[in-house]
Amino acid sequence: MMIDPFPPAFIFFIGAGLLLCMPKGNLRALIGIIVPIITALVIWELPNGIGSELEFAGLALEMMRVDKLSVIFGLVFCLAAFLGNLYAWHVKDTIQQVAALGYAGSAIGAVFAGDFITLFIYWEGTAIASVFLIWARRTEGAFYTGMRYLVIQIASGVILLAGVVLLYRETGSITFEKMELGTLATWLIFLSFGIKCAFPLLHNWLQDSYPAATITGTVILSAFTTKLAVYALARGFPGTELLIYIGAVMTVFPVFLAEIENDLRRVLAYSLNNQLGFMVVGVGIGTEMSLNGTASHAFAHILYKALLFMSVGAVLFRTGTSKASELGGLYRTMPLTAIFCLVGAASISAFPLFSGFVTKSLILDASAENHYMIVWGMLVFASAGVLSHSGIKIPFFTFFAHDSGKRPAEAPTHMLWAMGITAALCILVGVFPEPLYALLPYKVDYHAYTTYHVVGQLQLLLFALLAFVFLMRTGIHPPEVRAINLDTDVLYRRFLPTLITRLGNIISGVWMLGTWFAKGKADKFVKTLHNSHGPEGRMARVWPTGAMVLWIAIILSATLIVNFI
Amino acid sequence: MAGSTILPTLGIIDQLPLLTIAVPLVAGPLCVLFGNKHIAWVLAFVASLISFLFSAHMLLQVLDGDVLSYHLGGWAPPLGIEYRVDAANAFVLFLISGISTVILPYARKSVEHEIKKVSHTLFYCCYLLCFTGLLGVVVTGDAFNVFVFLEISSLSTYVLIAMGAERDRRALTSAYDYLILGTIGATFFVIGIGFLYIATGTLNMADLAVRLAGMEGNRTVQAGFAFIVVGMGLKAAIYPLHLWLPSAYTYASSVVTVFLAATATKAAIYVLLRFMFSVFQPEFVFETHILTFIIMPLAILAMFAASLIAAFQTDLKRLLAYSSVAQVGYMILGIGLATKISLSATIIHLFNHGITKAVLFMVVGAFVMQKGSSFAKNLNGLGKQMPWTCAAFVIGGLSLIGVPGTAGFISKWLLIDAALEEDLWWLALLIVMSSLLAVVYVWKIVEVLYMKQPEEGSVIGEVSISMLIPMWILTIACIYFGLNTELTLTSANVAADGLLGGGAQ
Repeated sequence: MMIDPFPPAFIFFIGAGLLLCMPKGNLRALIGIIVPIITALVIWELPNGIGSELEFAGLALEMMRVDKLSVIFGLVFCLAAFLGNLYAWHVKDTIQQVAALGYAGSAIGAVFAGDFITLFIYWEGTAIASVFLIWARRTEGAFYTGMRYLVIQIASGVILLAGVVLLYRETGSITFEKMELGTLATWLIFLSFGIKCAFPLLHNWLQDSYPAATITGTVILSAFTTKLAVYALARGFPGTELLIYIGAVMTVFPVFLAEIENDLRRVLAYSLNNQLGFMVVGVGIGTEMSLNGTASHAFAHILYKALLFMSVGAVLFRTGTSKASELGGLYRTMPLTAIFCLVGAASISAFPLFSGFVTKSLILDASAENHYMIVWGMLVFASAGVLSHSGIKIPFFTFFAHDSGKRPAEAPTHMLWAMGITAALCILVGVFPEPLYALLPYKVDYHAYTTYHVVGQLQLLLFALLAFVFLMRTGIHPPEVRAINLDTDVLYRRFLPTLITRLGNIISGVWMLGTWFAKGKADKFVKTLHNSHGPEGRMARVWPTGAMVLWIAIILSATLIVNFI
Repeated sequence: MAGSTILPTLGIIDQLPLLTIAVPLVAGPLCVLFGNKHIAWVLAFVASLISFLFSAHMLLQVLDGDVLSYHLGGWAPPLGIEYRVDAANAFVLFLISGISTVILPYARKSVEHEIKKVSHTLFYCCYLLCFTGLLGVVVTGDAFNVFVFLEISSLSTYVLIAMGAERDRRALTSAYDYLILGTIGATFFVIGIGFLYIATGTLNMADLAVRLAGMEGNRTVQAGFAFIVVGMGLKAAIYPLHLWLPSAYTYASSVVTVFLAATATKAAIYVLLRFMFSVFQPEFVFETHILTFIIMPLAILAMFAASLIAAFQTDLKRLLAYSSVAQVGYMILGIGLATKISLSATIIHLFNHGITKAVLFMVVGAFVMQKGSSFAKNLNGLGKQMPWTCAAFVIGGLSLIGVPGTAGFISKWLLIDAALEEDLWWLALLIVMSSLLAVVYVWKIVEVLYMKQPEEGSVIGEVSISMLIPMWILTIACIYFGLNTELTLTSANVAADGLLGGGAQ
């Protein structure tokens, strides 16, 4: 056994243990923000290579595999933990504080895992720790949502384990490295990653659970689970062509659903899905440039998505609602939050000089360079969609639009700090991308700020804005349709809205029907089970002695018959 | 015979197989003779501890594949009774005596709480007899001797269960049910042995194995096998022969439940293993048929049906009892697969499940003591009031599910490995799926303990330290044997080798 280098994840677990010993108050919150800083420094100093090997049940575990891909994810997870915990300074709830540290620690442990068993353990660790952030809301609804979330996350882990066992039987190795889809084992592992990554049709846990968590919990949740899955895909399945198409669909389909959604945190959950799609496409293309794109986009995305969740969270914190229809005009009393939200919106929409611009274009260019033109088109369309539902819908309906009459106070100071730092980072990355590029897994020879990029992107964005303004002025479009016009393609402006609304309705209709059907069936199934296996059911009843003896007779005769045949 | 001349030359170490049984056997009646409950407890504990030390010593001796053979009264087998200790039974002896030694300190408070004062000495007497019986069943190499010890343990078990009537009168009917079924089981077993005796003229297991080698087509032998399997299957609570178990475990007093759940069915499974693989050979066509067409389907049935029932139970004791039935399913599954790995899995699961279930039932015993109930609805929010007890439940529960890092994982991993080795990946999938059912019922309780608000004004403290320490010794064992598998894996592997090697040599 050799614990060298010391796994940084353990710092989080020690911190969580320490936190429990502390009295409630600022000291605990302080631990929450110091631990990520120390861990980040440790990760920064880690030598590349494989270490901390451990022998377990005859298998060699590699708890630490350090290379550039794991380091960048490790660092951004520390950053996210730091910002999230700073944002949550006011939280006095022990469960949330411990869960946040345990969750971030598990995620960091997982990105350094060199073998599947270690990965599996941390994989389940993230699932178990994170569910407490949902339950911490302590409502009946949150409880059931958490339950659904946990079942799906654990299922993902179990599928992973099944795949790993099969893989071990096939190859005799549990090392976590690049795989080719083909055998049942790799498909199972792929499926397990896919569930965590919220692939289309496997995605519903995300929209279901994230908006249900506590205000601060959502900020933390948004950073880790799905990006861990992206990391796992980038490590295990780079260059798998299937991922390109999955990713492309992922970028497009949430656009419709996000448009018709009223709860802003749900809108953000959908747009999270859409952003993941970009990263998955990057993994699927699998060139150095696209993998760089995925890693850097994950980095930038964690920041601006957290920022958006923070700002909406701050609004929710002050007003008690995150419904678009109940908000509006808050810029008067929450100007700083509004500005930070706008920075987040600009970043996610990939405005030049904001972080999304320098990272997303890597993936877009990679898809164009490798001649995936349809995919490229879908990504561009999705980018416009992002602008509409996250870039415009979120800040517009919250802080501007019609005046809701609400005059909440500005967000608390620690939240402002957390948002301020995040916003500053978003801009810094956008203006000076070089330090981020230096962290990327492969050497970068890429310039985001070419005339072509900037002009192209601005065209896209400005046309979208123009359309938005035009439609607002004319005021004839219902909210659902308003978003559609942001698809800048002027030619299609006339009929696409109806088409897409219809499409959206069909998709949600089919989805509703499907869930209704599945839920009905599941309820009925459980009911049947309860009738037969429940405490009063015939399987669980206390039988009369004679009936017990009858069973003996049956089994004996069965045994004798089998014997004599 | 020559025995009397050999005996004096034997040192105490050579007498261990006998002494392990004899010490508690003598201590039992002594409890009643002294008639004082404190002395009775001390006697029980010391006897159990001595047995444990002896078992541990024997286990270390046989780990390299040796066999200890002890001739009772110096009468050489096959005529005389032989105690024959190899890795398989030494491991089970180690489990039974170890669990008993840990339980007894726990028992002191719990027995005082749940059993009326006058019966305490009788309780410890019956407990020791039951303990003796279980050890004897495992240690002996003589088929009829198995029956004798089985009856010793069974009769005292009926009494022990009936003593639970102080808390719930239904203990009496469940003891009665168990009496009927247990007697039928034992009778079947003795009928089976009778058949074998008719066919071969011997009762010594090793000798039986030699003589049975050529008698595959003999109808008497086949019928004997069927009777033995069903009889022992009843004691081991193979689904659907488990019907006595839930009520017996539910209404017996807490200590009895802990002890029975951790040891009694395990001894029966050991006997099954011994007969199926040492006395009979798995190559026998009729045995292969039984393994494939009876044992395997019943095992899978148990894994699912019993887990489902457990998932719906509201009484924690009954829930765990059904979970035991399901776990027996895993052990039987290992027997059904009949490979070296699968037998290792069975043996190691027998051990791991023993300590796991002991922890869980100890926790329930603590609830019963502090709260007076084992129904889930009465346990709301106990996580705050009894933090140590509830934490032990969580760890035990994780081990029951088979989460990595706990003992339960090792056995399930081996079992899955065994299934995959035979290319039965659907079976591996079923094992994993049934484990998910364990998540459901364990979670149900964790939710009650930690998520629900305690009743207004209920002031409940932690149980006394004398109960917590035994509980936590086993809880830590659950984790220890999940991380360090040297002892358990080696024992199980050597045991599986010994069993498959057969008693024929």
